[in-house]
Amino acid sequence: MKFTSLAALAATGALVATGAAAQTRDTIQIAGSSTVLPFASIVAEEFGNAYPEFNTPVVGSGGSSGGLRQFCAGVGENTIDIANASRQIRQGEIDSCGEAGVANIIEVKIGYDGIVFASDVETGHFELTPAQVYQAIAAQVPVDGELADNPYTNWNQIDSSLPDQEITLVIPGTNHGTREVFEEKVVIDGCESFDVITAMGDAGEESCLAFRQDGRVIEVAGDYTETLGRLDAQPNALGVFGLSFYEQNRDRLQVATVDGVEPSMETIATGEYPVSRPLFFYIKGEHVGVIPGLQDYALFFVSEEISGENSVLSDAGLIPLSADEREAQVEAIENKTNVSL
Amino acid sequence: MATTTTATEAMSEKKSNRDLVQAKLAKRHRSETTFRAVGLGAILIGIALVFVLFGSILYKGVPAFWQATLHLEINFDPEVIDIDPRPVQQPGQSAAEHLDNVNAWIRGLRRARFDRLVQSAIAAEIPAAGDPSETRNVYGLVNANARYELAALVEADPSIIGTTVPVALVANENVDTWLKGNIDRDLPQRMQQLSPEQQEWADALYDRGVIEMNFASSIFTNVDSRSSGATAGLLGAMVGSVMMMLIVMTVAVPVGVMAAIYLEEFAPKNRLTDLIEVNINNLAAVPSIVFGLLGAAVFINFLGLPLSAPLVGGLVLSLMTLPTVIIASRAALRAVPPSIRQAALGIGASPTQAMFHHTLPLAVPGMLTGAIIGVAQALGETAPLLLIGMNAFVASVPSTPLDQASALPVQIYLWQGNENRNFFESRTAAAILVLLGVMITLNALAILMRHRFERRW
Repeated sequence: MKFTSLAALAATGALVATGAAAQTRDTIQIAGSSTVLPFASIVAEEFGNAYPEFNTPVVGSGGSSGGLRQFCAGVGENTIDIANASRQIRQGEIDSCGEAGVANIIEVKIGYDGIVFASDVETGHFELTPAQVYQAIAAQVPVDGELADNPYTNWNQIDSSLPDQEITLVIPGTNHGTREVFEEKVVIDGCESFDVITAMGDAGEESCLAFRQDGRVIEVAGDYTETLGRLDAQPNALGVFGLSFYEQNRDRLQVATVDGVEPSMETIATGEYPVSRPLFFYIKGEHVGVIPGLQDYALFFVSEEISGENSVLSDAGLIPLSADEREAQVEAIENKTNVSL
Repeated sequence: MATTTTATEAMSEKKSNRDLVQAKLAKRHRSETTFRAVGLGAILIGIALVFVLFGSILYKGVPAFWQATLHLEINFDPEVIDIDPRPVQQPGQSAAEHLDNVNAWIRGLRRARFDRLVQSAIAAEIPAAGDPSETRNVYGLVNANARYELAALVEADPSIIGTTVPVALVANENVDTWLKGNIDRDLPQRMQQLSPEQQEWADALYDRGVIEMNFASSIFTNVDSRSSGATAGLLGAMVGSVMMMLIVMTVAVPVGVMAAIYLEEFAPKNRLTDLIEVNINNLAAVPSIVFGLLGAAVFINFLGLPLSAPLVGGLVLSLMTLPTVIIASRAALRAVPPSIRQAALGIGASPTQAMFHHTLPLAVPGMLTGAIIGVAQALGETAPLLLIGMNAFVASVPSTPLDQASALPVQIYLWQGNENRNFFESRTAAAILVLLGVMITLNALAILMRHRFERRW
């Protein structure tokens, strides 16, 4: 009995060792941004349904940075084929990809997404400007022409038009691409509208992104459901969400206007609403032609039928690309164009 | 004189002792009752919390097992489903060519406007829904995958084109939410998920009995879905979990039992075995996420096994379960009275014979209980699986342990994070109920085995 079980053990070990080497992966493996995840999952499913010859791709999350780190781990079957990202790839990531042998990175833009501020429906309505968000979030803010420790505890202290509500902001953690866009398009934008900051030069910009540490800024590493949960627990809090998430939860959330514009698919598509960003995915060129269906999946994703106007993805809240942009993506996929920043 | 004093002293002392005891008695009784009350209170609080937990899960989860379903008479109109007959392999045509043709035919079929078929079937009940500009709105009443369900019907039997067939289609998740009252109907329109027409049609169809609340078999027969939340199911996760449990049983149980037998019966008692013993006990207390990190480093990065594969998950969970199995098996062996070993040895059996012929059979029930409890624990484990990529969205049923898969507890975690809270809150609770059901079955099996095979001395 001892020997049989040892033999079984050895057999299992052998299976483990040979199994991986013998089989070619025939399912596309994707990981990355949790903002892109719902869109990518829908496309994966539709792809599996529409193409009888290919398996349904597997879509993981992990945030834009997490996905790109996995993407840059190397070339081969146990590395992912596509990284979803809610921000553009960085030079540092391209370099680390290159070191691991991933030389051909194909960038595909899939559409746009808006970043919205939303609060519990029961609480006050916010009409924000980037400057006000900056004043609420930074550790040091200009007071009487000089940088001082943030004195604000209630929104109406910043501006009397804001509700008399304690300041609590729930923002995405640094693993999220949304965080970068939030910092660039809201905080820095608002920060640099103050003369004190611009007069300080680089040091000023650095001070913009030093957030207050007194518990009024809560960073969430998980997905938007976690942010929503925070809002349930602290109804006074203001959360940062993707437009598509807000649209699914309009019965619980009310959205804040930014610079007087209410976020919607139309205002974001026209650029009226200031806080939007493009969404991307990156294809590992080395895997095209090795993993079956990779190129077909990418082309399927950017097709008019999937991500155009009145498509499944626009229903899910993705703001479609313009016709020219779409054509450029198709070209990039077909020619395996390497990303250039 | 002196004697009387001592006597009285002794008497008074005796009296005072009695008094003292009596005075303390009340205090002792009091502390006794307090202790019992505290103990009882602790149990009551525990029970109350369990009731609240199960109550809330049952309250949320049980309704999710009944789902709004449309019973429609679908007319497979050949003008809408305008496709050629399924290609037949021509003589001289290679199998690959034929397959390409068939795939192209299926692709074309799946692209046909099945939403129009649904629209005309609903328009038969509500004429206003028949307007060509309303197709999207009307199709929004059924789940988004309905087109593929209808396409599959044609694919299986192309002769149904031109006939009218009764088809049950699961309603859209937002229709289900609306009909069940999981969204406040009084909310202003801009906060609703359905358009005003859809709300009206859904109510009308429900009143006419076209929409019925049917058992949601899709929970058990479908894989996860993002595009069609209403038909998202647990099948892929269940198969993934079963595969992992089989791997745990084939890896952790034999290895654990052999290790326990050797350590308990054959190993010399020295510092080394003491060290091993201490480490096994420590290993049982290691947080499970650490095993996930180990699994990611060893199985995926070093051995090059695929991400999200039940094989990797099973191996990681085996490592995690191993200490539990070893500890339980050793306890079972220790519970076998030494007299049995001694008797066997006394009539001339070798130590191995005494072990395998006498001690082990008597210890098996205890070992089985340990193994089943270990497996049940592994079944509910989520954290290590997140680190080996099993939290990915997988919309297929794995056919081998090397295919990508999800697992039951991970599926619960994923549904919990779905953006359509109104629908998925109850779906998540339903998935929890399924997982709890499997766990309770496993634990009941363990108890049953213990009762059936247990030997007392």
